Amino acid sequence: MIDRFGAPGNRLGRRWLLAGLIALASGCVLADEDGDDPYESFNRAMFAVNEVADQYAAKPVAQAYDSATPLPVKAGIGNFFGNVGDLWIGVNNALQGKLTDAGSDLGRLLINSTVGIFGLFDVASELGLEKHDEDLGQTLAVWGVGGGPYLFWPLIGPRNMRDTVTWVADSYADPVWSLHPIAARNSMVVVRFVDVRASLLPADKVIEAAALDKYSYIRGAYQQRRRNQIFDGHPPRLED
Amino acid sequence: MMKKLIALFFAVFVATAAQAQEAPDAMVQRVTEDVLDIIRKDKDIQSGDTRKVIDLVEKKVLPNFNFTHMTALALGREWRKASPQQQTQLTDEFRTLLVRTYSNALTSYKNQKVVYKPLKMAATDTDVLVRTEILQPGSKPVQLDYSLEKQGADWKVYDVVVAGISLVSNYRDQFNQEVRNGGIDGLIASIATKNKSQDNGPAKSEKK
Repeated sequence: MIDRFGAPGNRLGRRWLLAGLIALASGCVLADEDGDDPYESFNRAMFAVNEVADQYAAKPVAQAYDSATPLPVKAGIGNFFGNVGDLWIGVNNALQGKLTDAGSDLGRLLINSTVGIFGLFDVASELGLEKHDEDLGQTLAVWGVGGGPYLFWPLIGPRNMRDTVTWVADSYADPVWSLHPIAARNSMVVVRFVDVRASLLPADKVIEAAALDKYSYIRGAYQQRRRNQIFDGHPPRLED
Repeated sequence: MMKKLIALFFAVFVATAAQAQEAPDAMVQRVTEDVLDIIRKDKDIQSGDTRKVIDLVEKKVLPNFNFTHMTALALGREWRKASPQQQTQLTDEFRTLLVRTYSNALTSYKNQKVVYKPLKMAATDTDVLVRTEILQPGSKPVQLDYSLEKQGADWKVYDVVVAGISLVSNYRDQFNQEVRNGGIDGLIASIATKNKSQDNGPAKSEKK
């Protein structure tokens, strides 16, 4: 169900999509300020589609998963996918010049894949090797590439132009997407999607309670969170 | 000898003076632990009794917040264009909305651990960021920071930042949008409507 492009994701197709997106992006990424939403009416339409899909499919499945799965199992699943991502996180830390962090990510991968039994237990965190949060979008941002216009995609959610393009590259680097056979890959992708969606369930309630306009609440939250990630949790203060 | 005595006297004096007023990070920790302790023991709150959490938040948390500053920050430039009366109304409605939001977040609390980061501040600072982290198994730690300012002898929270998202400035776009459409009064009305919709709203029925 969830090939993240909404189409059969053969490698050739993805390559073309990537090429197309890069061509599309190169025109506007550097031009636009962060936070611009020039395609707001299109985005709002996509947002509405996503809300319906979420209400009838993703959310009920995530809720069922959340209540049926005991905490240790959920933690194991979360840790497993976390471990799978640590190599790419390390690569991005290295690309950003944070070699100590990159080394620590590699150490995490080695420890958790072995002592942590294929990543099911996050032993490395207990040992004081902190989990990092990096992706190619953050790396490009550190290199000075602007975010470009804001976009809202069904299923993958809010992403500016830069982060949309790099998200495609991130999935190339993602071991789960290169799994064979395809059936195994697809089920892994679905499980991860459900796990991520389930982890957002508490946030749902808060957003419903807080937002006057859910669309712009989420847009603002995405932009602030991204900025926080790019600056590794210490963004410089914005003046009013 | 005399010099040493005077130095000692001063050291003791400064130490007691510092103790008399609570440091901002100590205040955040005390209030957080207080509130979480009550939630851990209260079965009604754990099963989603929103009314009870709101009471708890109003009693324990509210006195430590500066809502006028929060509202001004959320509104940005338009704040100065509002009349004093509008400012008061707006602050009242926004307070209700924030208390709801905060209470809602608290009902999802399930034994996560809170880590308090050490605070580096100078004695003359009047505006600080206290950093904490919420740990839960299987997920990345969630950053939860509080901006505080000094008011007289006390520290008051004027912003809460979750994973880098300021709960206050995240309203800026929405508020300006409402002001563009219906002026300050339009904004007050739409927050009031939102608050009313939650009085009879679904928040309570959605148990976890």
